[in-house]
Amino acid sequence: MPKTYEVVILGSGPAGLTAAIYTGRANLSPLVLEGEPSSASDQPGGQLMLTTEVENFPGFPEGVQGPELMDRMRNQAIKFGASVEQKKAFRVSFDQKPYKIWTSLDETDIIYANSVIIATGAKSLMLDIPGEQELVGHGVSTCATCDGFFFRDKTIAVIGGGDSALEEALFLTRFANKVYLIHRRNEWRASPIMQERARSNVKIVPIWNTKVTSVNGASTVKSLSLLNTETNETTELELDGVFIAIGHSPSTEVFKGIIDMDENGYIETGVGTQTNIEGVFACGDVQDHTYKQAITAAGSGCMAALDVQKYIENLVET
Amino acid sequence: MSQNMIELTDKTFDEVLLEDISPVLVDFWAEWCGPCKTISPILDEIALEKTGALRIAKLNVDENLDVTRRFEVLSIPTLILFKDSEPVLRIVGAKGKSQLLELIDEHL
Repeated sequence: MPKTYEVVILGSGPAGLTAAIYTGRANLSPLVLEGEPSSASDQPGGQLMLTTEVENFPGFPEGVQGPELMDRMRNQAIKFGASVEQKKAFRVSFDQKPYKIWTSLDETDIIYANSVIIATGAKSLMLDIPGEQELVGHGVSTCATCDGFFFRDKTIAVIGGGDSALEEALFLTRFANKVYLIHRRNEWRASPIMQERARSNVKIVPIWNTKVTSVNGASTVKSLSLLNTETNETTELELDGVFIAIGHSPSTEVFKGIIDMDENGYIETGVGTQTNIEGVFACGDVQDHTYKQAITAAGSGCMAALDVQKYIENLVET
Repeated sequence: MSQNMIELTDKTFDEVLLEDISPVLVDFWAEWCGPCKTISPILDEIALEKTGALRIAKLNVDENLDVTRRFEVLSIPTLILFKDSEPVLRIVGAKGKSQLLELIDEHL
C-alpha cells in the first residue's frame, strides 16, 4: 500500500500555505500540491505572484513584494515539515478513505490522503470577446507586472474597476504614456485610497459605462471596439495593448458534482471550513466571495488547519 | 547553468542561431517577471533531459531589446523554438513541465 498522507493541501496561496504552517507545526507532515506554472493567477503562490507592492498585509509597514511574501510563507511551511510538490489535482475521489487525488491524466499518478484542504483559489476572468484569445501575448495581457515593460511610451487600456484594475493601471503608468481605464459602470468598486491615487494620476484616463466588444489587430493589438451602455454609441479606440482585470472566478472545476458549491462555483462551508464531505475542508478565495484578501485567506487557512487537526484527533480516539 | 544552456544577447543571437541548425528553445525572460522565475528550474531540467536533442537559450529582454522587438515579444515568459534557424513554435505564458514537453516534443 502506498503512503497515505494525514493531510494533503491543494493550493499554495496565503490560505494553503498558512494551513501548511499550522498542520506542519501540529506534526501532521502535510503535503502541499502547489499547482502548475501559468501566467494567470492559478499558479504556485496564487494571485499575489502577479502583484508588486502589498501595502496592507499586517507586519509590513514598508510594504512587501507579493512574490517575496509568498516565498516567505512557503519557506515557513517547509521549515515546519511541509513537503511541496509542483503538481495540481486533475481528478479527486472522496467516496471512501483514503481519499484519492490524481496528479496527471495518468491513472497511476495517485496521492492518498486521510484529509484534504482545498485552497485552490481563483483564476483571472477573461472578457470572452472576439480577438481576445488570439492576441494573448501580442498585446492582450492578464499580468501587468510581467508585460508592462513592453509598453514603454505606448498607449494602453486596463479593463475593470476593482482594486486590482486600479493597481494595475497605476503600475502601468510607470511605462505607458497613457492608460485608459475602461469600466462598465459609472463608478469604481476599488477602495477610496486606490480611487484617489488613480484620479490624481494624469496618465490615467477613465472611460465610464463602457463595454469592450472586440480586440482588433492582426499580429499585435491595434484597437478596441467599445460600446457605451448609456448611449448605445459604438467607437473604436486605437491603442497598443490591453490589460484585463475584471475579477476572478473560483478554481473548483475538479470538485464539481463532489463538493457542494453555490451557483458561481464557490465551495460552501458549514461550520468553520468543513465541506459536505467528512474530512474535506476549504479555505481562501475558493470559498470566499466577499472579502478575498490575502489576510482573510491566511486566516481561513489557519481555521482549516485547526479543523483538520481536530478531525484527525477524533479519528484516532474512535 | 548546465552546458546545454546558453545565454544569448542582441550581439550573439544571429550568429548562434544561424550557426546551429539543431533545435534551440529561446526563453525570453526578465528578473522582474514572477512566472519566468517559476519556469526557470523546469527549463533547467528539460535542458538536462534533452541533451543532444535540444538546447535551451536564455535571452534577457531588459538587456536585449533588438531581438525582443524583432520577434514581437510583448509578454513574458515567451518561449520560441527554432529549428533550422527558423521559429517553428511559440509558447506564451508559464506552463507546467508536462505541458511544455508535449508542445516541444511534437517538433523534435
